[in-house]
Amino acid sequence: MKELVVISGKGGTGKTSLTASFAALAGSSVIADCDVDAANLHLVMEPETFRHEEFFSGHEAVIRTQDCIKCGRCQALCRFEAIRFEPEGRIFSVDPYNCEGCGVCVDHCPVAAIDFPERRSGTWSLSKTPYGTMAHAKLDPAGENSGQLVSLVRKEAKERAREEGKSLVITDGPPGIGCPVIASVTGASLVLIVTEPTLSGLHDMERVLQLSAHFRVPALVSVNKWDLNQEMTVRIEEKCLEYNVKSAGRVRYDKGVTQAMVKGRPAVLTDIPAATDIRAVWSEVEKALTTLKKEER
Amino acid sequence: MKIALTAREKNIDTEMDPRFGRAPFFVVYDTEWGSYSFIDNEQNLNAAQGAGVQAAQNVVKTGADVLITGSCGPKAFRVLQTSGIDIVVGASGSIKEVIELYNKGELKAAQGPDVEGHWV
Amino acid sequence: MKIAVASGKGGTGKTTVAVNMALSVDFPVTLVDADVEEPNGIFFLPLTLEKSGDVSIREPVVNSSRCTSCGACAKACRFNAIAITPKGAMIFPELCHACGGCFMACREGAITERERVIGALSQGKAGNLTFIQGELNVGEALAPPVIREAKKRAEEASLIIIDSPPGTACPMVAAVGDADFVLLVTEPTPFGLNDLKLAVETVRTLSRPFGVVINRDGIGDEGVRDYCAREGIEIVGSVPDDRAVAEHYSRGIPAVVLSPDYKALFKEILRKAKEGISSKEDL
Repeated sequence: MKELVVISGKGGTGKTSLTASFAALAGSSVIADCDVDAANLHLVMEPETFRHEEFFSGHEAVIRTQDCIKCGRCQALCRFEAIRFEPEGRIFSVDPYNCEGCGVCVDHCPVAAIDFPERRSGTWSLSKTPYGTMAHAKLDPAGENSGQLVSLVRKEAKERAREEGKSLVITDGPPGIGCPVIASVTGASLVLIVTEPTLSGLHDMERVLQLSAHFRVPALVSVNKWDLNQEMTVRIEEKCLEYNVKSAGRVRYDKGVTQAMVKGRPAVLTDIPAATDIRAVWSEVEKALTTLKKEER
Repeated sequence: MKIALTAREKNIDTEMDPRFGRAPFFVVYDTEWGSYSFIDNEQNLNAAQGAGVQAAQNVVKTGADVLITGSCGPKAFRVLQTSGIDIVVGASGSIKEVIELYNKGELKAAQGPDVEGHWV
Repeated sequence: MKIAVASGKGGTGKTTVAVNMALSVDFPVTLVDADVEEPNGIFFLPLTLEKSGDVSIREPVVNSSRCTSCGACAKACRFNAIAITPKGAMIFPELCHACGGCFMACREGAITERERVIGALSQGKAGNLTFIQGELNVGEALAPPVIREAKKRAEEASLIIIDSPPGTACPMVAAVGDADFVLLVTEPTPFGLNDLKLAVETVRTLSRPFGVVINRDGIGDEGVRDYCAREGIEIVGSVPDDRAVAEHYSRGIPAVVLSPDYKALFKEILRKAKEGISSKEDL
């Protein structure tokens, strides 16, 4: 089984629109939406959810006010600035958004007045779509540990692929280069970096190139809306060659892509000029996938 | 000598589990006594991160001399290696069969991890 | 006063709004680029950055000659980052959250802590604008410490604009958690609307006053406007879809330089955000 992960560095480069089109072109794969912070893929995939689960991640500290002796030890030891002191009520409390779940305050409270319950951080689902089964998730507002939820979505997608005998998982990755991105690219067969011909696009792509080199995942690049700035497109493709990363082709600027999204359909299934470009990119990606030696476990 | 294997069920006639960190059980076979014992690895099934590290820790605690599993990542490999435990990867079949193969000398210890670390 | 510019999804124009607002005024303003995974603000600013410091976390180190393999550190670690071997405790830095739990738990004095650099802060000035940038090193996962440090550098300023990281997870919360007003930038498309809803849920959870800015107005549908009307959310501004702006953006030229109309537009967004804060204070 192989796994293609579509990432971008910078957000809003058209990563999800391309992923949806690839899923439609692949016809029969398992799809994973790993942008758990702001999942969008389902908006163009007509999903029918058949499994829905809660996601718990680690624990969070909760101070039992009635047992607290207000010694302030927890506040002194916490490295995450998560213990608040409210002067009016003279109460110590835990700010759940800053709490890292390390348990230091729990272990060191002299009167054991801190509870450590499991924390619900989101939900995940499996859905039927016209293009294959899709694993997707939603992090709760201000939820913690999106990296772990990403790993869970990938794992579920791979398990489905194994069960259904599918040979490809297509993953829509999160933006950035931090924990959730690392969680979505480690051990993948191939990443496709979708960028745009802007200074930010160039800069962010370079950071993603370094990341995929760091984790030794082969990469391809595609410049979306390339005709907005031809010179920058060339610069981006040249930069990629420095990292030994080839272009899988360019996609032109086409308002039809947004219109397809408004209609809730993958862009490649509509009759727009950019659809030709997306098909060409996909055939390059497919070629790269078949020549890869390493099989995904 | 003690041989540890990753197991899906507490039954030596069933298929071993190819996963290491997130296998539900370890079975430990004592060659001297010909006895089997099962160790829970359940706490790791839902670990937020570091399942491989803690699974390796559980194997170290059993006093095993060798671990036989499907694949082993770099962190677990380091823990096991430092603890002087041989690691055999790529094994499959029922627990009983795999132990027989090992005793016949047909399974060789790995020199390094065979999979990239999963991030968590 | 702190105004954070945020969005549920990347690439909606957060940086565009933050930078153009900062460039539209004549009084002192501090712009903090807290999108530390991908800091882009500098591309649009007429200034040179100078590194002003490192951001580090405290990482535990085992002195194996003192370690008795007692297991207290591994028990304290909730992140499974420590294994006990016959040769002593073994720590995996890539799993460590730098909480100090193992260091505090060790009774043998076998664990010490050393600083590990995970990011950098830089600073620059141009006229009335002070710019502070936080940047996370590639391969590091912990963005919030870098965001918190970047914001600390700005603390004394009277008006702070924070360009936040996208999403609704811990980095976004670290950036907007203590803002006086949050501007949520979105695009008028189904993806934009879906992400806006998530961002609204998050700022409501954090009890921050907020308003919406529609960027690239005209490209999609009326979904965002309908939603805001239903939810009683104020749309504090809208930036029209303009290919000229997109092309200049790609070269690092901000919209306010393009025409005085854009300057007025962003000045007005900033004014409304400030108004949003004072009206909340009146309540």
